[in-house]
Amino acid sequence: MIEFQLDETSGVATYLQLVQQVHQALRMGMLEPGEQLPTAQQVVAKLVINPNTVHKAYRELEREGLARARPGLGTFITRAPAGTDPATQARFLAAMTDWLRSARSAGLGPDDVEAIYRTAFRTCFAEGAA
Amino acid sequence: MSTVIETSGLGKAYRRTWALRDCTLAIPEGHVVGLVGPNGAGKTTLLRLATGQLTPTRGTISVLGARPAASPAQLARVGFVEQDTPVYARLRVADHLRLGAWLNPGWDGELAQRRIGQLGLDPRQRAGSLSGGQRAQLALTLALAKRPELLLLDEPVASLDPLARRDFLRGLMEAVAEHATSVVLSSHLIADLERVCDYLIVLVASQVRIAGEVSALLAVHRRLSGPRRDPGTLPAGQDVIEESHTDKQSTLLVRTGLVRTGGPVHDPAWTVTPVSLEELVLAYLNPANDIPARRPRLGVAS
Repeated sequence: MIEFQLDETSGVATYLQLVQQVHQALRMGMLEPGEQLPTAQQVVAKLVINPNTVHKAYRELEREGLARARPGLGTFITRAPAGTDPATQARFLAAMTDWLRSARSAGLGPDDVEAIYRTAFRTCFAEGAA
Repeated sequence: MSTVIETSGLGKAYRRTWALRDCTLAIPEGHVVGLVGPNGAGKTTLLRLATGQLTPTRGTISVLGARPAASPAQLARVGFVEQDTPVYARLRVADHLRLGAWLNPGWDGELAQRRIGQLGLDPRQRAGSLSGGQRAQLALTLALAKRPELLLLDEPVASLDPLARRDFLRGLMEAVAEHATSVVLSSHLIADLERVCDYLIVLVASQVRIAGEVSALLAVHRRLSGPRRDPGTLPAGQDVIEESHTDKQSTLLVRTGLVRTGGPVHDPAWTVTPVSLEELVLAYLNPANDIPARRPRLGVAS
């Protein structure tokens, strides 16, 4: 079963952190369809957060179609998120690594690279970004 | 949705000093509400008006739809943990539970026993010899075993060390998860509030500065920074909560008018960043900031 962590310095809303950790665990194969998510009671006992936050995260996962609540039993993973084909991911990881290497040999520092990445990211994902 | 506490023009004066003034609130049920403010802002007064220990000088207050402390039944619906979590020093832990069972018709003895067991408290120990954290947990156990619909706590963790504070809040959140109890707790420890509260009320100088659901409040506040300019030139529908200027740069904390779109700041000269709950609370606590009139329906959004 997944064990949630909380990063208080990230600035990311707590419920979103839970959602992202489920996404991440599904991508890494640490969580699989059919598996149960911890109950709100268990999450609250571990992280000392408001149970409404856990409910909100699980509702979001249900909305995404990744999980389903079974009354009286708990919330279960129904499927892995789309677009997580490992081969595709590996291909883009390799391309990104090549790009970063060439940027570094062209004399770009981490800050330059991050600024470029952010600008390009904004250009591509501008719609729907908060 | 029904409310747990509803006030209208509520005020309480001691002689000629107002401890709470013109307080109009409607707190919906099912929340863990953080009541924040400096010492003397009126937090304890508001909580005591809600328990019926104080009567209003002006205005009205209803708690769970009835006048506070109007009847024994009404008293049983509201739990209260006072500041410094008082217990009877000479009584044993078990005596506290017996007293609770005797005084409260809806007493959940099983819950009380279970919590005392989980906490590892010796029922024969006198309350006076418990640690601060254990005393607070005993007081919380007594309040929870009443099985209240609404639990009010006045600075419950202020005097506890970080570990005891975390344990106390864990017990409180577990109870909320299990019984869906509505909670109002006053505190000035913003980090704790950020974890456990999903509704916020900021009280400053005996007046409500802002109140609403945390997610809705965060959604309508933004920090803008950019080249120096007069905040009066901002587009309509944005209230400046806090501003600071250097000779070249202006930084503003603004409240935007549109909840759902995440704020209509399209001016490319501004860098727009979200604010944390702590920044938000500090901006509203700061007496130097002249807060524009509150939008009463803000907290209802979502």
